Amino acid sequence: MDTPTQALPPLPDLFPPQPRRGKVRRLIVQHPSIVIGGSLLVLIILLAIFANWLGTVDPYKIAPAKRNRLPSMDFWFGTDTLGRDIYSRVLYGGRVSLFVGVSVAFLATVLGLVTGLIAGAYRRLDAIIMRLMDGLMSIPPILLAIALVAAIGGSVLNVILAITMAEFPRMSRIVRGVVLSVREQPFIDGAIAAGSTMPKIIIRHILPNIMGPIIVQATYICSAAMITEAALSFIGAGTPPSIPSWGGIMNEGRMLWQIKPYIILFPAVFLSVTVLAVNLLGDGLRDALDPRSATRL
Amino acid sequence: MTTCAPLLELRNLQKHYFLRPNLLGKPTATVHALDDVNLTLSAGETLSIVGESGCGKSTLGKTVVRLHQPTDGQILLDGRRVDQIGGAELKAFRARVQVVFQDPYSSLNPRIRVRDTLSEPLHNFGLAKDAAAVTQRVEELLDMVGLPRDAAGRYPHEFSGGQRQRIAIARALSPRPDLIVCDEAVSALDVSVKAQIVNLLGDIQKKTGLAMLFISHDLAIVEHLTHRVAVMYLGRVVEVGNRREIFGNALHPYTRALISAVPQPDPMNKTRRKLLTGDVPSPIAPPPGCRFNTRCPFATDLCRAEVPVLRAVGGTHQIACHYDNLVEAAA
Repeated sequence: MDTPTQALPPLPDLFPPQPRRGKVRRLIVQHPSIVIGGSLLVLIILLAIFANWLGTVDPYKIAPAKRNRLPSMDFWFGTDTLGRDIYSRVLYGGRVSLFVGVSVAFLATVLGLVTGLIAGAYRRLDAIIMRLMDGLMSIPPILLAIALVAAIGGSVLNVILAITMAEFPRMSRIVRGVVLSVREQPFIDGAIAAGSTMPKIIIRHILPNIMGPIIVQATYICSAAMITEAALSFIGAGTPPSIPSWGGIMNEGRMLWQIKPYIILFPAVFLSVTVLAVNLLGDGLRDALDPRSATRL
Repeated sequence: MTTCAPLLELRNLQKHYFLRPNLLGKPTATVHALDDVNLTLSAGETLSIVGESGCGKSTLGKTVVRLHQPTDGQILLDGRRVDQIGGAELKAFRARVQVVFQDPYSSLNPRIRVRDTLSEPLHNFGLAKDAAAVTQRVEELLDMVGLPRDAAGRYPHEFSGGQRQRIAIARALSPRPDLIVCDEAVSALDVSVKAQIVNLLGDIQKKTGLAMLFISHDLAIVEHLTHRVAVMYLGRVVEVGNRREIFGNALHPYTRALISAVPQPDPMNKTRRKLLTGDVPSPIAPPPGCRFNTRCPFATDLCRAEVPVLRAVGGTHQIACHYDNLVEAAA
């Protein structure tokens, strides 16, 4: 018979020591969508920036003798109806898409922050500003952009302005929402008791605490703006046809898409992959910046 | 306590919240959070406000520090009205009256360093000449609340709940106020930490001579640190007295019930508990007459008809009850 003082079996280790991992490895494991989206986006940005050195030819050069070539070693993505190299045009066209996406995201964020912070912090202006935003949001973004471009003329700058006008009310609403939730926090009351005035409270106490959702929303606006830009170019109401852009290339290939589908295929793939990359990045950032999630960047 | 003019005086203070205004802007319901509150607080004194959840304690605290605007009545600081002031006068008032909140996790901005949290009042009230003076004052404050000086460069999330509450107290002390309102300042803390913070508040009061309005539902802690107590029920003060008068000789049936509900550490010392039944009535439709009449075991027709006013019953003791000592009279 066993003695009662027999040693107890060792308890299983509830929390086995985690193997040490590098920062990069941890980021990949915890937030794969940030890594995948970010890398794809960086790759596309690099392609657009260094288009001159990536085996491209002049994207504007018309060569009637070489029109409608299939993709080959000479013309990686084929040529269009005017004999222009589609590979070169897609790479250069990326500049327009990315520039429009980033500019709209930046401008919409700035405008949305200003209007949203004022609406959230000063209750008297809240109703007025939000009804204005409701009005802007009730117009379909593409329609608003077409109207603006028709009124002020088609250029990349006007396209950016038009899409910004359509997109910033959404940012404004989000900013107002998070401001309203942050201003209920006791540390705002503490700052008021400490003698801080409203502008100081907004800049010091509210703004730093709402950056997470705003960065995430900015990425979504960026991808929406790229799609809208392409749609505008596709219907011929956006970036002037003289500048290559993904939507414009697709528009030019529209007539022949049943017999020469590659003209539309390559810019469409680039646009889709870019939008996917930005959305993946935004999703990953949303999870990483959410204060409720246990692991943070 | 000296007999000079009180530091803080509340006269007929009233705070109503108006719910769901209709199309014409008229409220459809009114929450009577505070009604006819009269209290005084002398310099260097601790006055505790006790009562159940929803009795208006926190509203009182927030109204006194001017985070909420009173609906009616007066707030006087050193005999001067402060309930309507604004601008530079309000700023000067804020420097003298500070507040510590209940939740040490949400009462500090998570994105700024402790140094900046503590120096914010100094900058706002123009209390530091230069950067060196700010640094010196921040270190002084950290010493006062028992935190290491290197805490200044750290963020709130690096501290425990008790340490965070020390930071919040240091922020309140920063402009050298005359009065600190502690709104359930220790309620969210562990028992052992709670004792440390209560003792810290006592030490600071001894050193700096500031007055405290200590809002709490924890009678054991109130008995430990307070000079005077005001008991609130449904937005009204029902009994005021010094510590001995309240804890030794409570006269209002509600105060009696509250005190008898305090857990006794000695199992042999079984007191007869006078437990209340029922819930606190809604402050949207408070009962007519004495607001306690729906739960008071001794309520009479007079209690259901007339509102009892706060009246002196000897010493500093005041009660708002139609009868002198209902509990003993009924026994």
